[in-house]
Amino acid sequence: MKSEINLAFEKCKKENRPALLTYTVAGDNTKKKSLEILKSISEYADILELGFAHNAPTADGPQIQNSSYRALKNGIKLKDVFQIVKNYKKSKNAKPCILMGYYQMVYRYGEKKFVKKCKQSGVNGLIIVDLPFPDNKEFSKLCKKNSITFVQLLSPTTSKERMRKIIASSHDMVYYISMLSITGGKLKVSPKKILENYSKIKRISKSKNAVIGFGITNKTIAAFKKADGLVVGSALCKGISDSIKKRQNPVIKLNRMVKELKSKII
Amino acid sequence: MKIKKGIPLIDQHDKNGFYGGKFGGNYIAETLKKPIDDLTKLFEKCRKDKNFIKERDNLYENYVGKPTRLIKLQNLTDHLGGAQIYAKMVSDANGGAHKIYNAITHAMLCKKAKKKYMCTDTGAGYNGKMFSMVAKKFGLGCKVFMGTRDIERQKPNCDAIRKNGAEIIPVTSGSKTLVDAVSECIRYWVSNCDKAHMGIGSLVGPNIFVKICGFSTAQISRELKIQLEEEFGEIPNKLKLINCVGGGSSAYGFWSEFFDYDKKHIELIGVEAGGPKNSKLHAAPLSKNSKIAILHGAAAYCVQDSDGQINETESCSSGLDYPSCSPIHCFLKDVGRARYTFATDEEAFAAYKLVTELEEISPSLEPAHAFAEAIKIAPKLDESNIVVVDSCGDSIKDMDIIKKRLGSYSR
Ligand SMILES: Cc1ncc(COP(=O)(O)O)c(C=O)c1O
Repeated sequence: MKSEINLAFEKCKKENRPALLTYTVAGDNTKKKSLEILKSISEYADILELGFAHNAPTADGPQIQNSSYRALKNGIKLKDVFQIVKNYKKSKNAKPCILMGYYQMVYRYGEKKFVKKCKQSGVNGLIIVDLPFPDNKEFSKLCKKNSITFVQLLSPTTSKERMRKIIASSHDMVYYISMLSITGGKLKVSPKKILENYSKIKRISKSKNAVIGFGITNKTIAAFKKADGLVVGSALCKGISDSIKKRQNPVIKLNRMVKELKSKII
Repeated sequence: MKIKKGIPLIDQHDKNGFYGGKFGGNYIAETLKKPIDDLTKLFEKCRKDKNFIKERDNLYENYVGKPTRLIKLQNLTDHLGGAQIYAKMVSDANGGAHKIYNAITHAMLCKKAKKKYMCTDTGAGYNGKMFSMVAKKFGLGCKVFMGTRDIERQKPNCDAIRKNGAEIIPVTSGSKTLVDAVSECIRYWVSNCDKAHMGIGSLVGPNIFVKICGFSTAQISRELKIQLEEEFGEIPNKLKLINCVGGGSSAYGFWSEFFDYDKKHIELIGVEAGGPKNSKLHAAPLSKNSKIAILHGAAAYCVQDSDGQINETESCSSGLDYPSCSPIHCFLKDVGRARYTFATDEEAFAAYKLVTELEEISPSLEPAHAFAEAIKIAPKLDESNIVVVDSCGDSIKDMDIIKKRLGSYSR
């Protein structure tokens, strides 16, 4: 049986456009609001990434850090994150959902217990930022056994040979980090150059769903239309911060932002 | 789980960088995989290169000042009326602390890698100061990440860092201390790993940083071994080596020649920061039996909550105010080769006061924790016991804190 993630990509391919992946943090700015945000942006997004916050993040920029600290301050716990996913997946227009975070949270919870809980809650995929290949082999197998896509990451520093190995052991989707940067950095490399690197992945495996993330905003997204999928995270987290500052409803704001993003890639 | 004899402890990891099968490792973003591989290859090549070692030894001799003194604290010994107490005055080293050794290796590696600047973290400001010194000496740029709480409480070292032409980058996230400084420094490296060389200021981080640091501070115990033989004609047969432990770089350096001895012969005692007596917060993951966490690229005992968030810490000493510790010390704890305990803020201040009243030395608040343990155990031991405390930092950086707490500060 095809995974929900695969089906989402197939649908987009048929529509001749990249999949739109969003990233927001569970519990930002409250548990309730973050669930509402997921439901609301599902109108336009194809796959939803949901961050589980950790207070010592080593690869996140200020926007996502702000979101994470906000969620933690509101008392978000892993059990709440799973509950949010579970509730979201019950909603009528639910899209595939990928949890993203740091290995410490998984480790403390217990790998097996974590993956089982993911499955029970309806999580479709996992991105663990600091569990690179080949150290992730066992964990990735565990995910696969439980029908959860473990998303391997690739970056501009990944050698071709390493890329090959990583792709060979990957599941339904790989994630290309566009540039040397933490999340939320300004795009410091031209889209052309990024797509050149990206095409290396596609040359190794034409059929592999490969998404690009880091530095993508509504200003830059149109330049990457050729990719299988595009992830927008920091821009959305910043959107939540801005709307809180202006005492606006982040749900409405995010819906509008994702709508605009979508309009640029169709 | 066992220590192998005759092999440096830093090298006793498996192919994934784990000590004892579970401490350490390389939990890093994919982007850092290659820079870390490159650094690993460079370091392994350099440490076998006679010229590299010669240049380093030359720097230790003429720049750091070698050896730092081993002195007997006769007044303190008499006052406590038990074991004979010595201090290894690592604070004699250029810059005033052991952090200089690691900084030198990193500057040499940075040069070899043909990178033009280094980034590093600092808590007490000593690591930042040493990096700024060697950066200046080697003609390298230097960025020092430091929590704003530490910038406030460690002003003298901040002044020194800036005077050496390095840039301090204030870190305002989280608890605004060392843990956040290290996170921010790693984040910076993720974005700039093509241009910058990163040095981590203690025996922590991904495996290669643990190794480089331990390789560097090991100089301390090479000197100590010779000095003990000179002083006693042999290694004393009831010897206790007491060291404060933050990340654990000075403790590793102080002990590294002595791991192969039986613990009944040479006891290794690590002293963590217990924090204020009446506070629940502390920075003592080893001695207060914290569970393992993945922090800053490695698995190690670390103060954390049940969900896996890293807990805030509290200590009067910035250098020890760190929630985790080195994978190597976790290993030493689990195999029982070293014993870990803690001293409270109050005990550290009392130790500082007693030592400075009786002796002509002035340890900073980090080694004051180690002196506190010496003061606790010395009276219970007879004079055939030799206790050596690593006085690894100078109090001048803590001037304001000491003045506020004890009413006055003099040197
Ligand atoms: C004087 C001094 N001692 C001890 C430490 C603790 O670090 P470590 O445990 O790595 O020696 C520091 C750290 O800044 C320090 O400055």
